[in-house]
Amino acid sequence: MEVAVLVKQVPDTESLLQLAGDGVSIKTDAIKWVMNPYDEFAVEEALRIREAHGGTVTILSVGSKKTVKTVQTALAMGADRAVLIDDPLAEGGDALATAKILSAALKDIPYDLIIAGQRAVDDDNYQVGSAVAELLGIPQISQVIEENILDGKIKCKKVLEGLTEVVEAALPLLFTTQRGLNEPRYVKLPEIMKAKKKPLDVKTLADIGVEPGTVGAASNRVKITAMKLPPERDAVKMIDGDSVQAKAASLVKILHEEAKIL
Amino acid sequence: MGQGVFVIAEQRDGAFRKVTYEAVSEGRRLADGLNSDLTAAVLGSDVEKIAGELGKYGADTILAVDDPALSDYSTDGYTNVLSDIIKAHDPKLVILGASMQGKDLAARLAARLDTGVVMECIGIKIDNGKLVYTRPMFGGKIIADVELSGTPPIAAIRPNVMPIVEAPKSGVVDKPVVQAGEIKTSVVERIKDEGDKIELTEADVVVSGGHGTNGDFALIEELAALLNGAVGASRFAVDEGWRSHGDQVGQTGKIVSPNLYIACGISGAIQHVAGMSTSKNIVAVNKDSEAPIFSKSDYGIVGDLFEVVPAIIEEIKKINNI
Repeated sequence: MEVAVLVKQVPDTESLLQLAGDGVSIKTDAIKWVMNPYDEFAVEEALRIREAHGGTVTILSVGSKKTVKTVQTALAMGADRAVLIDDPLAEGGDALATAKILSAALKDIPYDLIIAGQRAVDDDNYQVGSAVAELLGIPQISQVIEENILDGKIKCKKVLEGLTEVVEAALPLLFTTQRGLNEPRYVKLPEIMKAKKKPLDVKTLADIGVEPGTVGAASNRVKITAMKLPPERDAVKMIDGDSVQAKAASLVKILHEEAKIL
Repeated sequence: MGQGVFVIAEQRDGAFRKVTYEAVSEGRRLADGLNSDLTAAVLGSDVEKIAGELGKYGADTILAVDDPALSDYSTDGYTNVLSDIIKAHDPKLVILGASMQGKDLAARLAARLDTGVVMECIGIKIDNGKLVYTRPMFGGKIIADVELSGTPPIAAIRPNVMPIVEAPKSGVVDKPVVQAGEIKTSVVERIKDEGDKIELTEADVVVSGGHGTNGDFALIEELAALLNGAVGASRFAVDEGWRSHGDQVGQTGKIVSPNLYIACGISGAIQHVAGMSTSKNIVAVNKDSEAPIFSKSDYGIVGDLFEVVPAIIEEIKKINNI
């Protein structure tokens, strides 16, 4: 079973974000960069599939020099090899542009199965996995919390609002992860050292046959024209009272009479 | 550039999802602003009988696509049909709900049509004839304005944000002939969640619990039930196994924007706040007067949730004469 995993490096979710001077991006100097949490589930599931069915796990990412660290984290978790597309001409591309790069790179990577995070927690686009599947002409199953592979077919449990569906398809296929799929393993220090010796191919757009201009910022279908921090709320109104009951009564009265929501 | 606004309606078991009415209402507002028509499409089997209802919210025409092959949602079948219909219709804009199904479909459809898509859109405005879309990024820590290119642009709107407005139009139902094409996946089982749980992302009221509950969500459940709301949880509570993953509110869980969000025993970690900061009214109950959640709230009570929540429940019952 050949499994490819799409991985993105994102700001840690505990990061406080600040706007950059250009007004359309965030300041990146003080940010701690980590693997997208939904991609951790993807890597973990790929490793479990390899444990059960054999084969290799290949990590694929689009990024820059700093992305090497995230890719190596995936290798340290146990992936066999990694491909990182690092090319200044790919910079600033939107989700569709990223998917075009990934799908081009996947022409040289054998896969029976591709696993991706349902979304990256920076851009929140929910798009790259689906777009890669479309560009490769393979089916997709989103928001998977359980999978089972048997005789060249995969059965996935996916969650919808108030509902779980079991969806079946023949491989090859791409699925995206939802929380609950697994508990990603912790990486120990010696594994990080060992991971540095695992094969990591850094490639350019030319290496994977992508014409510059078809990807990267100039190709974008989605253009961010302004970024702002969410509006600040008015100062909190702390509810005082002589007793718990008095505080509760006062809160309910305010919600009922002023905010008109109860 | 095409004409008109096109809404993809979502139905389950013969009933439209709430976000569909929101999408049609928003579509009507924009169609009026653009001086054009609103077309809605609903796919499934036996959907003709419900299609006309969308006229009440402003659809001029509703395309009812009845095909047994489309009775279960499939990314392939729905993308095949809708990409054909949309190409033939050539609208200026496509709107759908950013439900789980909607996001799955929007992403694949945008790739098929090689067009721009905005997910979890919370506002659309017409600025000198140009459409500008507002959306949260980084789980709500940033709000961005974006412009889309490609034909047509697709906006998946976040549930519970845009108002439902009745604006009756003729609502003529049309039945186009379509090809579902090759569908490579099949739904082999559907398991409904137990009980009549209200979906977190669609709830008007969300009552959430965190560390301070010590794993006892009985009072949270009781308050949520009393307010006809849903129960949410912090990442800590989910990591501890106190609540299921589907209940997690935050940057790595569900993003909610109810009318009222009540945070009980939740400290207010950045990644949690990102998931609820667009709630219209926020109430925090916490023992620690220094908890960061208070600075993100409209109303706060310092106290033990095991004393405060029962008192709140009692007071609500009083005003409602229960």
